[in-house]
Amino acid sequence: MTDNRKIKVLVCKPGLDGHDRGAKVLARALRDAGMEVIYTGLHQTPDMIVQTVLQEDPDAVMLSMLSGAHKALCPVIMDKLKENDIDDVLVSVGGIIPDEDKPFLEEHGLKGFYGPGTQLKTIVEFVKNNLKR
Amino acid sequence: MTELDESKTLKPTKNERRDKFDNLSGIEIKSLYTPEDVKNINYTTDLGAPGEYPFTRGAYPNMYRGRLWTMRQFAGFGTAAQTNQRYKFLLEHGTTGLSVAFSLHTIYGYEADDEKALGEVGKEGVSIDTLKDMETLFSDIDLSKISTSMTINAPAAILLAMYVVTAEKQGHSADKLRGTIQNDILKEYIAQKSWVFPPEPSMRLIIDTIEYCIKNIPQWYTVSISGYHIREAGSTAVQELAFTLADGFAYVEAAMERGLDVDDFAPRLSFFFNSHNNFFEEICKYRAARRIWAKRLKNKYKAKKKESMRLRFHTQTAGVSLSAQEPENNIARVTIQGLAAVLGGTQSLHTNSFDEALCLPTEKAAKIALRTQQIIANESGAADTVDPLAGSYYVEWLTNKMEEEAEIYFEKIEALGGVIPAIKANFFQKEIANASYKYQREVESKDRIIVGVNDFQLRESCATPLLKIDENIGKKQIEILQSVRDQRNNKQVLEKLENLKQAAKGTENLVPYIMSAVREYASIGEIMTILKEVFGEYREDSIF
Amino acid sequence: MDYSDLIQKLLTGNARAAARLITLVENDIEAAENIINAIYRHTGKAYILGITGPPGSGKSTFIATLTKIYAEQGKKIGIVCVDPTSPLTGGAILGDRIRMKDNFSLKNVFIRSMANRGQLGGLARATEDAVKILDAYGCDIIIVETVGVGQSEVDIFKSAQTVVVLLVPGLGDDIQAIKAGIMEITDIFVVNKMDLAGADKKITDITQMLELGMNYKYESEKVGENFPLKSNWTPEIVKINSISGENFGKFVELINKHRDYLSESDVLLDYQKNRIKNETLQILKHKITEKVEGLISSHPTIDEYIKLVMDKSLDPYSMANLIIKLLGIE
Repeated sequence: MTDNRKIKVLVCKPGLDGHDRGAKVLARALRDAGMEVIYTGLHQTPDMIVQTVLQEDPDAVMLSMLSGAHKALCPVIMDKLKENDIDDVLVSVGGIIPDEDKPFLEEHGLKGFYGPGTQLKTIVEFVKNNLKR
Repeated sequence: MTELDESKTLKPTKNERRDKFDNLSGIEIKSLYTPEDVKNINYTTDLGAPGEYPFTRGAYPNMYRGRLWTMRQFAGFGTAAQTNQRYKFLLEHGTTGLSVAFSLHTIYGYEADDEKALGEVGKEGVSIDTLKDMETLFSDIDLSKISTSMTINAPAAILLAMYVVTAEKQGHSADKLRGTIQNDILKEYIAQKSWVFPPEPSMRLIIDTIEYCIKNIPQWYTVSISGYHIREAGSTAVQELAFTLADGFAYVEAAMERGLDVDDFAPRLSFFFNSHNNFFEEICKYRAARRIWAKRLKNKYKAKKKESMRLRFHTQTAGVSLSAQEPENNIARVTIQGLAAVLGGTQSLHTNSFDEALCLPTEKAAKIALRTQQIIANESGAADTVDPLAGSYYVEWLTNKMEEEAEIYFEKIEALGGVIPAIKANFFQKEIANASYKYQREVESKDRIIVGVNDFQLRESCATPLLKIDENIGKKQIEILQSVRDQRNNKQVLEKLENLKQAAKGTENLVPYIMSAVREYASIGEIMTILKEVFGEYREDSIF
Repeated sequence: MDYSDLIQKLLTGNARAAARLITLVENDIEAAENIINAIYRHTGKAYILGITGPPGSGKSTFIATLTKIYAEQGKKIGIVCVDPTSPLTGGAILGDRIRMKDNFSLKNVFIRSMANRGQLGGLARATEDAVKILDAYGCDIIIVETVGVGQSEVDIFKSAQTVVVLLVPGLGDDIQAIKAGIMEITDIFVVNKMDLAGADKKITDITQMLELGMNYKYESEKVGENFPLKSNWTPEIVKINSISGENFGKFVELINKHRDYLSESDVLLDYQKNRIKNETLQILKHKITEKVEGLISSHPTIDEYIKLVMDKSLDPYSMANLIIKLLGIE
């Protein structure tokens, strides 16, 4: 039986931050690594992101945040995912996340923080090795 | 073989560090440049004197010998009151112009309590909702004595109106005011993505502001045609040069279509470029930009005044080149980039703070950034003569080369029907996406070395004290907004907004209507909502 | 594995269950069998539209406009968007969702992006199954959207009740770009972006092409292949502007007209028969291909055959016949 399984990843830009260079480069790299990638585009509210996760059923969600809104938005996103019984999706965040904020985000269920200077292949490997299902 | 003969060969000399030395635009750089490389250059027609057509050597005759560039450090965060403190600090420490960074919700036209603004208030820039915030921002700062640059695009007309009314309340008439609004919507579709309306109504608003300013705020720079963001989004230096100038030509054409005289508005256009790592490439880019602009304004748009052909620009050192790892290294990077901008003849300069890959700059880092400029100005000698690198075989060759490459892009854009059709065809976005992907691949394969990041890395991590934005800022700003709503005359607000809506449906200049609404303390969000109803919203495509 | 919990939730309209089930049918044909087995009798309510067009034809905006109209009518809509898998990397960027960014509320619109995964027949099966899941989930209308250039996409559209092809003025070779098989089963041709020059010329081009008999609907004798019989329906052509909404009402009328035509005539019965034949054929193709591929890579006898072919004592056709015997199919 051939295993048709592909890893499906959602790349998101929550909030109003318009810096999408990294998110797009990452999306391309994930595709080149054989994954199926949905890029949500800019200005995603937590509701929009959760709705997309609900319908597309990705294995991983990569949030790209460079405006400093991560401490406000990430908990809201994680809470809404929980409300919808979604607990088997890897949620990571990239962009500008100061070290001191990482424990807070980890407490809320995020895993993996990829800021400036991270190699794409590092992120790709991380996704492959840290899927929750 | 004599040394001179050897230099004539194109073959690389043996034992070089790499097979090819490409600059960041992919232009191959030779081992040595000689008189051969510049033999077709005519000093008078291609270079000329600084301050004279074609302005290659500089926008003004004596450049920094007469007056140093403006040291204009971009700042803004939290509430208007907090940023007001930072401005006073910078003014005390020698900054000669103010530059306002706005919070994302302001940039997109959402009020602080809008669902979309969640988590964004006061981050990335100062939070402005109404005229009240603008008054607080410049409290105890005499607007007739400084020049202010506002980095704002889709709602630029609104922020300008607020600035003018604030100055009025300080007792100053609009003709005394000096400054810039970025107001460059074309590059938003291409790179920065802070659009709101579709291209055509956005252009209308921009030409409205140009028209208004020519008559009422004559010292004001109406558009800061920007390449900075295009570069940050991943373009090469040549693309930055070409796409920025193409945008500039588009604004000139749109204004002329409105019936405005090129010599009336062109002198009030300015530019904003990036200064990236490749020292010489950047210098040549600025020189090429001046020459290209001058030639086009004169030959194609028939400008008569020198001021119309003169390209003047602000530079910011490349944010995207800052590393989060070993952040102090960024001080060296910024110094090189700042020096390139000075040797390229910039009129004003913002140098990044070394901690900006991590967060908004701390006071200490902001001070070092300013000091870097002061050291270049006062200790390096770079400001003591005009266009010192002119005549260098390499520099003149590369300036020409960049002009050539830019012209190729102009042809492509024209073939597509101009900038707006090219935007709709995703031409720029594709070029930029490809360039940024290529760059990332080069960095990952170590073809391009970033010190401290993909090579020469330290094992230890450095603890850099960061600027923290209080998460309660959002609440504070919402309180301020609510109190404005309670205290203003809401009937008047609604009336002025309705007048604006009707005018937007027609072809009148909207700036006076916006100003009336602003005077009544209508919020940016309220004004933008009305305009969105008439103009619609732009929808992006996803280009990789 | 037990899917009954998910299936129960699906039938009560739980979106997460629908999404999870779609993932399962995409990835695993065994799971697909079990799931479809359980939900098949709950399908048949949804009306299925197949929409395709070359890149640049404005499909996403078109679908977004259509969806808004249906949503306003209180209908529940499912949209399945298919994007090509890169043959080099095996990955895909599923870029349709981003173009439908209008705020659809969760309850009414379910959008799912799928990659065609490059496999012959595999896409059609997985998409079919996804459509059935959305049908059982409660969608009134299901739109299947593809770029229209693959054989497997033709196969998907054979199960759609109405097939719509989007073309655009100025894109010179877009008619040729659409896979021939799809043109033959199109019910409505839409010329989008009617504000552009050349819209009427495009209508003329399509009319001429139809007159040349490229659409089998005119010729009811050309039946018997595995595609739905749709005789007596003359393909309609309409020009619209998806962004301004101009003429869009006319298009919706045409869908209704086609829908009525299908239900009033006996055609619907024949159509359903052919649909079932076609679907089953897709599944068979997939299963048999898998079986054969598995066989060829592992059965020892195959190596012997290959040696014979290399010696030229056997040719590939004869070898194939021997394999058929081996499989027990005659």
